[in-house]
Formats: sequence, C-alpha cells, structure tokens
Amino acid sequence: MNNEIKTGEPQRQKFDKIIEVRNVTKVFDDVTVVDDVNLSIKRGEFITLLGPSGCGKTTLLRMIAGFEAPTSGAIFLEGQDVTELPPHKRPINTVFQKYALFPHLNVYKNVAFGLKLKRLPNGYKMKKNGEYKLDKHGNKIEVYRKLTKAEMDEKITRALKLVGLEAYGHRDVTSLSGGQQQRVAIARALVCEPKVLLLDEPLGALDLKMRKDMQIELMDMHKRLGITFVYVTHDQEEALTMSDNVVVIKDGVIQQYGSPKKIYDEPKNAFVASFIGESNILSGTMKSDFNVNFCGADFKCLDKGFNKNEKVDLVVRPEDIAIESGEKGKLVGEVTQSIFKGTYYEMNVLVGDYEFTVQNTVEHKVGEKVGLSIEPNGIHIMKKLLTQNEYITEVSGENTVAICGGNFEFVNNEGFNKGDKVVAEVDFDKVELTDDESDGTVGGNVAQTLYKGSYYQVQVYTDDDDDIFVDTADEWDIDDRVGIVIPPEAIRVRAFVEEKEEEKEDEREEEKETQNDGD
Amino acid sequence: MSKVKKALCKAFIYLMLALIYLPILVLVVYSFTTSKSIGVWNGFTLSLYADVFTDAEMMGAVGNSLIVALVSSLLATLIGTLAAVGIFYTRSKWYKTLLNLTSQVTMVNADIVTGVSFMMLFLVFGLIPKGYLTLIISHTMITVPYVIMNVMPRLSQLNPNLYEAGLDLGASPVRTFFTVLLPQLVPAMISGFALAFTLSLDDFVITKFVNGDVSTISTYLYNKIAKKGVMPQLRALSALIFIAILAVLVAVNIFSHRKRVKEGGRK
Repeated sequence: MNNEIKTGEPQRQKFDKIIEVRNVTKVFDDVTVVDDVNLSIKRGEFITLLGPSGCGKTTLLRMIAGFEAPTSGAIFLEGQDVTELPPHKRPINTVFQKYALFPHLNVYKNVAFGLKLKRLPNGYKMKKNGEYKLDKHGNKIEVYRKLTKAEMDEKITRALKLVGLEAYGHRDVTSLSGGQQQRVAIARALVCEPKVLLLDEPLGALDLKMRKDMQIELMDMHKRLGITFVYVTHDQEEALTMSDNVVVIKDGVIQQYGSPKKIYDEPKNAFVASFIGESNILSGTMKSDFNVNFCGADFKCLDKGFNKNEKVDLVVRPEDIAIESGEKGKLVGEVTQSIFKGTYYEMNVLVGDYEFTVQNTVEHKVGEKVGLSIEPNGIHIMKKLLTQNEYITEVSGENTVAICGGNFEFVNNEGFNKGDKVVAEVDFDKVELTDDESDGTVGGNVAQTLYKGSYYQVQVYTDDDDDIFVDTADEWDIDDRVGIVIPPEAIRVRAFVEEKEEEKEDEREEEKETQNDGD
Repeated sequence: MSKVKKALCKAFIYLMLALIYLPILVLVVYSFTTSKSIGVWNGFTLSLYADVFTDAEMMGAVGNSLIVALVSSLLATLIGTLAAVGIFYTRSKWYKTLLNLTSQVTMVNADIVTGVSFMMLFLVFGLIPKGYLTLIISHTMITVPYVIMNVMPRLSQLNPNLYEAGLDLGASPVRTFFTVLLPQLVPAMISGFALAFTLSLDDFVITKFVNGDVSTISTYLYNKIAKKGVMPQLRALSALIFIAILAVLVAVNIFSHRKRVKEGGRK
C-alpha cells in the first residue's frame, strides 16, 4: 500500500510511456534479428527507428504491431503486457510500406473497413424491470454497439479530408497514384483513432518530390492529432527531418537513442557517425583532456575523461572544416577532387595518408595546395568500440588455436596443451584478407567497411558466425567472399581464468585511475 | 528476306492450328450428316442431334457426367483454395516444399495407377458402394491439385501485407480470410473450377475403375464403341461436348481479361 502512494508520481510518469519494449529478442531460424532491445516510447512523440536494411527495425515494429511474437522479452502498452495480444485486439494501426490497400474495395470502403469492426461501449445490460443485469461475479455486464452509418460517414469524410482526398471516395484504389494510395492507407489507419500509429517505410515507394511533401504533411498530421508515431526508415535525412527522437539500430542492437541534433552532433560511435550524414571518421590518440592528436597534429577538442594516450575514433563533419589556399592551417594537403553540389562545393583533400571530405562555398581547384583547420567544437571524440579482436577459445593442437572455427598456428611459448581454455588476441591491422577464400584458414563475408581516412576498417562475418575486424589499405565490397590469414606471431595467447580475469581488469583500471590522478 | 521469314512463320502457325483443329472440324461437319462412315456425305440434317437428345441412355450418361463434374469441381475448388492458402502461409520452408510436392502427386501420377489405387481403396473400405459417391471422391481428389495450381500464383501476387492489414484494422483471422483474402482469390478460384470441371467431364481411366453402375459420357462412349463401333450419333454428342467446353473456356478467358483490364490501371 505504502508503495503505491509513494509511487503516485512515477505512476503518472510510467503512463507517459505509451510503449515499453523490455529485453526483447527475436530469433529467426537461428539468426538473432533483434537482440535484447529495451526501448520506451513517450506518449505523443514522433520516434524513428533508423538503420540499414536487415538491421531488425522492421521486425521490432512488427512485434509492436503484434504480427511477430518476441522469442523472449515483453512489450507493454500503457503499462499492460500486450506481448500475447493478437494484432486485431491492439489499439495500434499500421501504414505498410506498399500500402496494402484492399483492391476489391473503393477508397471510401477501404477507410470504412476498420470502423465497421469498431465497437463502442453502450451502457450496461438491463433487466426488464430497469435493474442492471449482473454476471456470475455480480458485476454489471457492459454492452457494445456498432457505429451508426452517420457516425461512420462523418469520421470517414474527416479522415479523407485530412489526407486531401475528400473527392476520391468513390474511386477504385487501383486507379490512384502511389502518393494517393499512401494517403488512403494513412486515412484508413487514422480513422480508427489508434493510440499508436506505426509507419513502415511509408514513403519508400514514392519519388523524391512526393516524399518531401509527404514528410511535411506527416509531421503536420502528427502535430494536429497528438497520436504517437513510430516511424521506420533507412533514410537518415528523413529521420533527422521528422522525428522528436531517433533510435539508431544496427545488427538488432540499439546503437544510440536521442534527438536528431544530439545524434548528428554527438554520435556515440563510428557506425552512427558514418550512417548519419557525411563525415570524416579518423583514428586518433587522446594526449590529455581536451587534447587529441590525429594526422600528426595536435588539436584542441571539447572531450575529456579518456585515458592518457587512449586510442579513439573521432568524427569531423565536412562543413566544420575551414579550408584556405596556401600552406596555412594545421593540416596541409592537396585537393584531389571537387564537385559542385548546388549551394556548396564538396572537395576531397589528401593530407598525408588521410583523405578529408570538405564542404565549402568557395571552390579550390584540383591540385591546389590548401590548409585545413578545425575548431574544437567541430571535433567529436568517440570511444573505440573494440581495439583488438579477442576470442575466448581453446588450444586445438600442439601449436594451433581455434579462432572463428578455424585452427590458426601460434607461437606456443608458454607450453599450452591441447584443450586449454585461452584468450586469443589479434590486432586489427595484423589480420590479412585474401581474394581467394581457399587461401585463408577460414572464409567469411565482408559485412561492413568503414573508411577511416588512411585505411578501411572491415568487419568480416565468418562462416562460423563470428566477427573479425581487419584494418586494411584495400577497399573491399560488402558481401565479398574473403579468406582470413593471421601470421602465427600476431596471435597473442594467454590463459583464460574465468573469475580472476575480471579482478585483473579491475586492478588494471584502478592502476590507470591512480596514474591519471597523478597526471 | 524478312518477308519470306514472316510468311514462313505464319504458315507454321496455320499448319499447327490446322493440325489441332482439323480433326475436330471434320467431326463437327460430319455431325450434320447421317452417313455411317466419314467421307460419305448424304445431305445436311440435324437428325443426329435429335437422336442424341431423345436417347434416354445417352442423356442419362450426360446427366451423370454433369452431376459428378459439378459436385466434384465445387468440392475441389473449396478444398484446393483452403489448401493453397494453408500451404502459402506455411512458415517452415521444408514443410512448405513437402506440402507442395505431396499436393501435386495425383497430377503427375499415371491415371492408371491412380485409378487402380482408388479401386483398391474402395474395395478395402468395402462399405462404400461404387457409384456417384466413389466417382465424386476420386474426381475431387484428382482435380484438387489443379485448383491449388491456379490459386497459388494469385496468392504470391498479392501484397504480402494484405492479410496483416486486415488484422491490423481489427478483423479476426477468420473474418480477414473472408473479407480480405477471398475476394482477391475469386478469379483464380473460378478458373480453377473451370479446369476441374472439364477434367472431370472428360476423365475416362479413373472413372472406369470406380464408376460401378453409373455410366458417364466417357464410359458410355467406350461401351458403345466396343460393342457396335462408332455410331453416327456419337459424332453429334462429341461435337456438343466440344462446344460446351469451348464455351466454358471462352467465358473464363473473358472474365479474367476484364479483371486484368480493371486492375491494369494500378501499374
């Protein structure tokens, strides 16, 4: 009881979360599409799930709609567990990517479909003598009624007006253009007055001009209706334009949640930075708080809290780089490409090994020597996700260790025996990729490549479902088949001790902290 | 050169059409004369047709064929449509393939094998007397795959979210099936029905094994020819069957063409 009174305030707060996704995982045929996702959606907000195709965003949406059941975890709507509730019983409506209008019905009847099934509470069951009829438990029995023709007509007309199709009621849906069909789909969903409207890449099939118009109309509708919109897209520009909050998803895992501005200005990692907008992503070293070194020069920045000499990723937006002729500026390079983009020029500038993308209204010709400078607020530092490949595995032979399903030779100085549990570490730049997969110890597919200025960071998804990261000077295409070679001397093997491992880590952390304090 | 080529192409097409339709044409033409043997023309008359309609035994066989064809193809349409929907929405890939394969067995199986198996099945279950019931059961079973074959492509053409859209708007799965899915399948069901109907109408091999005392057009013709040779009246009967099937074919084609024109506006 006490608890309830105390939680009066948070109770209301909890209700402000219209949807809560708790620890939801979805596995299709042994592939984890959504991986332990937690997400709260506030009442009335416009939230966008953003990510490349196959990242799990649509699956997440379909679980909220009820078309898929989570493998584990739960989904709450207004504080109630709806995980098991079938889609036709959820007060949620969906606008599908390819509209999914009913081709045998005209526009009016398409919009009427949901309303015909709607039931309104209509008082309680009465006895003839005017008393309430009671059920077995002594409760009044609620009665429901259908909407009247006039009520339906009023709602349908209003919905069609909202999407600007009031004159199209009698038209066959198959005779409409893509944009008009999408409007019918929106009207059909909104007429049911859902608590949440789900939109699954609704503008994907429209041309650019139509898409821009619809973006503005959708935002306008959202403002006027106050319904929570959950929008799925792979188009970062669309996400930044329309949403109150953006959820960036990759490989079924939420990478970052935040307002469009926050996600653009302060991407949490290199993936978010490269996915959202144009960016230069570089590797650097933190010299001290507010000081970072990259491209052989020291820069002031606004970030702190990193270890001394910690390797970091950093992002510099092309519009944040000042460019001028001559050899002034911290970085000096040569223009290798210049493209006119309408309101600005996009230039590539080679500084040492690094190729920067720079946007400026003043053109610098190809071959010109230029100086680049970056203000502290133009540099955003991100923690490196991983600094080396690390596998908990076992020694598989006299001097081989199992990594990603293959047996790699290593230098067995410490005399490990077959079957010993070990940790194998390999630096990113020590792994070699081969064109012919049979030349490698194991084979895999290139899952992702990230240009880091002077090299590419390639993520290879091996046939054994493991990831291996490789820093390489060569460019690889996504889905290329590659072989993986690791020289024996590049594999560091140490004994794996389950609990002491963590303690050691802690000790090391503490050591570092004291060191930092000393600085 | 290209003129010659064109002419050759045309000639080829006409030759093929002639090969297909000439025998039927001969049959139709000679159904208007009473001569015993083809090639002798003894004057135009409709008397063969009159004979057909007055021959009670012949009309009985026609009636039986129509009853069996109608009932079995209606059943086949119902079962086939439900089966197609079930198979189409099966999630497990290997199970889907398995269902697809097994549902086509009677289509690829030799009729003689199917016929003998049906006969043996009905013998084993001796309770069922051979007649209408056995005819309808066997004809339904052999035509179901053709309905599935007609309905399945239509399902895969449908918007993949159509069924979900129905659920999403508050309709239960059953209601969605009837109000959303079924209307899309009607054209395919009709052509499946027409195909099943004609297949049942002209089936002989399987019918012969399971018909008991009930004679259909095909078994009637076979018995007559075996006993008396080709009676002139059979020409008129065959011509009538041909015209009836042609009419069904044309009707189905016109129907689906109209439907396509109507939906064409979308693309």
